[in-house]
Amino acid sequence: MYQYDQYDQAMVDTRVAEFRDQTARRLDGRISEEAFRPLRLMNGLYLQLHAYMLRVAIPYGTLSGAQMRLLGDIADKYDRGYGHFTTRQNIQYNWIKLSEAPDILADLATVEMHAIQTSGNCIRNISADQYAGAAADEITDPRPYAELLRQWSSFHPEFCALPRKFKFAVIGSETDRAAMRLHDIGIQIVRNAAGELGCAFYVGGGMGRTPMIAPLINAFVPLDQLITYSEACLRVYNRYGRRDNKYKARIKILVHELGKDEYTRQVEAEFAHLLTQNIEPPLAEFARIKAFFADPAFDPAAPDAMPNGDPAFLRWVKANTAAHKARGYAIAVISLKPAGGIPGDASADQIRTMADLARDYSFDEARVTHTQNIVLPHVRKADLFALWQKLVDADLATANLDSIGDIIACPGLDYCSLANARSIPVAQRISEKFAAPVRQDAIGELKLKISGCINACGHHHAGHIGILGVDRKGVENYQLSLGGSEGADCSLGTITGPGFSEDGIVTAVEQVTEVYLAQKQGEERFLDTYRRIGMAPFKEAIYG
Amino acid sequence: MVEPQLRFRDDAPVDSPAIGLADFTAGSNVAAVRIEAGEDARLLLPHLASLRLVEIVFPAFTDGRGMSAARVLREAGYAGELRAVGAVLVDQLAAMRRCGFDAFAPAKPLDAKDAEAALARWGIVYQSAADGVRPIWALRHAAAG
Repeated sequence: MYQYDQYDQAMVDTRVAEFRDQTARRLDGRISEEAFRPLRLMNGLYLQLHAYMLRVAIPYGTLSGAQMRLLGDIADKYDRGYGHFTTRQNIQYNWIKLSEAPDILADLATVEMHAIQTSGNCIRNISADQYAGAAADEITDPRPYAELLRQWSSFHPEFCALPRKFKFAVIGSETDRAAMRLHDIGIQIVRNAAGELGCAFYVGGGMGRTPMIAPLINAFVPLDQLITYSEACLRVYNRYGRRDNKYKARIKILVHELGKDEYTRQVEAEFAHLLTQNIEPPLAEFARIKAFFADPAFDPAAPDAMPNGDPAFLRWVKANTAAHKARGYAIAVISLKPAGGIPGDASADQIRTMADLARDYSFDEARVTHTQNIVLPHVRKADLFALWQKLVDADLATANLDSIGDIIACPGLDYCSLANARSIPVAQRISEKFAAPVRQDAIGELKLKISGCINACGHHHAGHIGILGVDRKGVENYQLSLGGSEGADCSLGTITGPGFSEDGIVTAVEQVTEVYLAQKQGEERFLDTYRRIGMAPFKEAIYG
Repeated sequence: MVEPQLRFRDDAPVDSPAIGLADFTAGSNVAAVRIEAGEDARLLLPHLASLRLVEIVFPAFTDGRGMSAARVLREAGYAGELRAVGAVLVDQLAAMRRCGFDAFAPAKPLDAKDAEAALARWGIVYQSAADGVRPIWALRHAAAG
């Protein structure tokens, strides 16, 4: 894992002092709320329906045990005893006092953490493949690239008042587990014909009210030009992105309106100019960062046989583990989606338990996924049973990864001031309805995603089943869409038709799964069946 | 004409008002020009040697286009005064200095002590910009080499 040196530490310490000063000036009236708003947002502090919400950055979703433990302690000390893991691989606390926010940042700084640029119209936390450094199918670990981008983008003076927020994702595998092409910039590390590593740049993806899949604008940016190329992409956006309409201000609109070719031409011209400015960190800096992400000391003698035993354990192994690159190891995922629970929530005790498990079973490392679960990336297969037993004791052993119960949901109208409808109760009712293991297993892989408004924080466009909450004449109404996907086969869902009440949407989801089970051929997943048979049979079942 | 509240230059200020970009590029030979947000600072590049003051207007503190305009001019070698005009707040001064501004004419006067503290706060930086400050990566590798 990356570790701060004196410079990194000085940056977060300075930030704590700066935000303490800004908060003091806000509290004594020297800064107006209007002027304070972008300052607090650039530090992840939102004013929600009931209180301030603080979003803490977890760069590329990677955490040490000590960092995880502190997140649990913050939940106890400053919040109501729980935290909420987000689709940006971050964590949010929903009940924060403004006067205490600087103290939380000071606590975070003691374990090399911060809340820098977790909100606001700036470059946000860089996300990455949650299985980075562990996945069997990886070309290279994307996190050193993400860390290089993190440092470059932190307090970038030119890009602190962009037209809108800006999100990067970096992957290093052919399999896309980070919804890379649904980001403002998605970077895939690739190898060229000469065997060198470089970056494929996909620019202008996003969800929100106008979802778009990012086009490829450069298939191979050499590694020692990554920062310069990123700067060129951002400069063109900062200068020409729309500022007249908040809903047309994301880079996807600029790329769409200019056309991919014209945007690319402008970026290439800016890039040629910026290459003369020597803004690129040397490869020695990349090498320094990369050294922190070296493999942990895997035991070459670790037994490779999957342990046998309790059927509930075997079911969890099948659902919640993935192939590891090292013999004798597995990637284990802790689901934060118990039936009837709030997706992504964990209590302070659970967070501390996960910190202990990361330390004891996974080389002191954990990951947050964009699907709001926690990964223990490097677990010996021989330890899986002991790990599972501890998860059972902590109510963390739900075996439902990528199944219909593994729902992504935004905070919705229960917390969020932008929401039109509640997301959490819908997620709770659906996960309860499909809680029976037999039923869940019959349905298999089915990614269900719920957003409480058009901003799409719950990624509903990319759900095999997507649910969007809207306000219809003062009543919550839910639109259903089918056929979205966030992976390498990225696609956007199609709306089935008129929306539903809260009861109606739960019934409609059930009907959709029944059509799938009746029509499925062989090993088809829900998405495969939908793509083969199309919308009509589903429509007929739910409206007919 | 707008008097800067803060100015970090030793030369004498230009004493004539800045004119708009359209008038300037139409053939004026004054030494002071004003760029509104959304205007292309690169149109000034053929004239940099004769310019002594460029005012860049910030219509709202949430509008960062002027940051890119400033860097574009500095990267092209402009050495005259670069003045941020309009919605300029205390907490933006440090980033503006980094982008190449060396004078500030905020629409609402800034608290002098707060401004001084804000400008003094960031001793080290992560990235190259227009202020010539060596970024952290350069410090790291100078120390190692």
